[in-house]
Amino acid sequence: MSDIQSAKPDAPLLAVENLKVGFGPRGHVNEVVRGSSFAVEAGRCLAIVGESGSGKTVTARTLVGLTGERSHVSADLMELNGQSLLGLSGRRWRALRGAEIGFVLQDALVSLDPLRKVGKEIAEPLRIHDWKGDRKQKVIELLTEAGVPEPELRARQLPHELSGGLRQRALIASAIALDPPLLIADEPTTALDVTVQAQILALLEATKERGRGLILISHDLAVVSRLADDVAVMNQGEIVEQGPAEQILYSPQHAYTRALLDAIPSEHSKGTRLAPRVAGAYIPAGNPRVPNLVASRAPIITAENLVKAYRGPDGKSRTAVDHVSLEIRPGETLGIVGESGSGKTTTARIVLALVDPDSGNVTLRGKPWTTLKEKDRRQRRRRVSVVYQDPLSSFDPRWTVRRIVDDAIDEADYKGKEARLGRVRELLGHVGIDEGLLERRPLQLSGGQRQRVAIARALAPQPELIVCDEPVSALDVSIQAQVLDLLADLQSELNIAYLFISHDLGVIHHVSDRVMVMKDGKVVETGTAEDIFHAPKDEYTRQLFAALPRLERAQPVAKAVVA
Amino acid sequence: MATAIDPTVGGLPLPGGGAPARGGVVARVRGLRPVVLLAFVFVALLLIAAIAPSLLTKGDPLQVNLGHSLQAPSLEFPFGTDQSGRSVYTRVIYGARESILIGLGATAVGLGIAALLGVAAGIGGKWVDNGINRLLEVLFSFPILLFALFLVAIFGSGVSTQILAVGIASSPGYARMIRAQVLQVKGADYVIASRALGHPPSRTLFKNILPNAFRPLVVLATLGVGQSIVWASALSFLGLGVAPPAPEWGAMLDAGKDYIQTAWWLELFPGAAIVATTLAASCIGRYLQRRIEGETY
Repeated sequence: MSDIQSAKPDAPLLAVENLKVGFGPRGHVNEVVRGSSFAVEAGRCLAIVGESGSGKTVTARTLVGLTGERSHVSADLMELNGQSLLGLSGRRWRALRGAEIGFVLQDALVSLDPLRKVGKEIAEPLRIHDWKGDRKQKVIELLTEAGVPEPELRARQLPHELSGGLRQRALIASAIALDPPLLIADEPTTALDVTVQAQILALLEATKERGRGLILISHDLAVVSRLADDVAVMNQGEIVEQGPAEQILYSPQHAYTRALLDAIPSEHSKGTRLAPRVAGAYIPAGNPRVPNLVASRAPIITAENLVKAYRGPDGKSRTAVDHVSLEIRPGETLGIVGESGSGKTTTARIVLALVDPDSGNVTLRGKPWTTLKEKDRRQRRRRVSVVYQDPLSSFDPRWTVRRIVDDAIDEADYKGKEARLGRVRELLGHVGIDEGLLERRPLQLSGGQRQRVAIARALAPQPELIVCDEPVSALDVSIQAQVLDLLADLQSELNIAYLFISHDLGVIHHVSDRVMVMKDGKVVETGTAEDIFHAPKDEYTRQLFAALPRLERAQPVAKAVVA
Repeated sequence: MATAIDPTVGGLPLPGGGAPARGGVVARVRGLRPVVLLAFVFVALLLIAAIAPSLLTKGDPLQVNLGHSLQAPSLEFPFGTDQSGRSVYTRVIYGARESILIGLGATAVGLGIAALLGVAAGIGGKWVDNGINRLLEVLFSFPILLFALFLVAIFGSGVSTQILAVGIASSPGYARMIRAQVLQVKGADYVIASRALGHPPSRTLFKNILPNAFRPLVVLATLGVGQSIVWASALSFLGLGVAPPAPEWGAMLDAGKDYIQTAWWLELFPGAAIVATTLAASCIGRYLQRRIEGETY
């Protein structure tokens, strides 16, 4: 069905020149892609990287004709196999999509019809393009090819019955059903655990090796380094730099690319700043922080043998946290790393005394904590604060920044309106939030600003420990870098301890003094960050590191990972 | 390098385009859509009619003049006269007070009962919730007319009976909404965040849960005022409301229905008043909804 062979041998599979895409009514067009040019050859992978709002997703959608009615697309050239993609009718696009261009969307759960069985979904492109043959048989083949175990069973299930990794594989199976010469994958591994991510990358790698062209849209440079032959870096609608992956990732020319690479927390960046200093931001008085491992100081939190089980929808009890013990001392950072469902967040909630453990107990400064009644805990809650993954949902939507921070200030310490406002200003100054934002509501803030306000709120009660539950997972890498730097600055200034939860090994390594690796509710390994990262003892920890895409070693993905 | 990555705005366009502009009253009125403006003007007139009807008409709504009975609209009697020669215009103006009183009163009664039941069901735990839900189901299935008859039998007919009947009948709908809102807000992250700060539950309830749970009700209540007026008019029409000579829109419709073939104005003008009031209330309700949502969403 594809006509790769008929194309001129030297012409690229896809050629795009001076692509412009804008939205809005005529005369008020907001241009989000401003003249980008790129090409993809068969059997090669072009990665388009950039932060949110850079125009990379719009670029991807333009190539499958899904930019919507209010969009304006123009280009000097946009050709697939020598055939122009400009000004195509809806019918023509439908004929191309699936057959000539496969498209893998970002979020498999929302991209799959919740009421349609997975098998039907995958058979859809076959049906639309009048594929002749046994569709059922083909679906099973595709699922097997995509590395889905028990394909017969999976085909009969609904999307929500599948795990995130399986869903993403089903989506890819659907996109490659007709073996299109060009496959576009928009953030295919975002929100997936590292081990699952490695499997998806291997699957895409296999597609590439079959001689198909691949466009990978990603914000994650480490992921890109595993797969891409060429990289185009987008910023504010423009491709600022493009070239072979090696060159872009290891000797970038453009300042934006360099800043993007510097912002990634990794092994060599520990103890250093990730983002360039922002003018006017809070600068701590002390020296760069030295790892804090003074064992003699009394711990803030001691948790012993925590167990917590939840009853699942099937009535079976599932142990979320299984005999976890931990200790956090003043001024240190304990990192908990693990894949989704490993019990990290439940552990944090027990430490925060928001969830009571089934057995085991937590003491705060040597005094009972989880065993207390809620009423008696209340006065001591101020010693432990929390920063959530999604700051937006953790703010009352009606409240302004000023009120959000004010609400967390202890009334006993700051009496009177003036004193409290002064304190709000001081706290916002600490986190680098401008005074002009005092009367803004959370929705009027950017993601990075929201997380800064969340940190200001966490600082307000003057806590000894802040529990950070995936605080940077929803942020772009440059914003993540600023937030991580901010947390480090605050720690060296105020000697706060952190319980830092993340699925991102690079982030955990960057921030932690000690690391705890969790799997299925159990602690599989615990030790100093150095030991865990350089001499992991446990098999699972080693696997986790093997699956982690790293910029340091850009090697092809090991085939063995696909089970 | 510092310019390449903006430190404050993470590459995202700011929703709402920055700080909301707060112009003066004149600017705000000018920004209104004509329909909304019309609705506000109409409501203003209604309020004048309710508070000081003599500003809008010099006549007496009860003054009988059999010599002028059933006259078609003219310059002297813009809305015509009824079978007793009373000016329909004057009666519609004087009727505004009762209608608005019933509309506001019934909505207040309905919301008041609903707030108590809904919040109790939302925060009271399983048993309270179950009990209140059964009560609401009973209220839902109770025919409003039967209920009004029952109240009339106890208290006699009149404005307060109408308010009570319409208010109680509309409360289960509100109560269900409030309960659902409270349950939703109760589980929100910001409520957990408040708990993690060590705030007592009463503070979280009054500062976070209730304001957020009641926010969508502002709009609903505005729409409810119009709906209550329609219901109250229906009760008056059936003779379960205000006693005949008193000017009330529903009662006027009832009194005029026997002459509908010859004197259309007896039905048209009170009917138009009811429809216009309800429309204006809905229009303002939707305007408020957009404003509230525009501020935080």
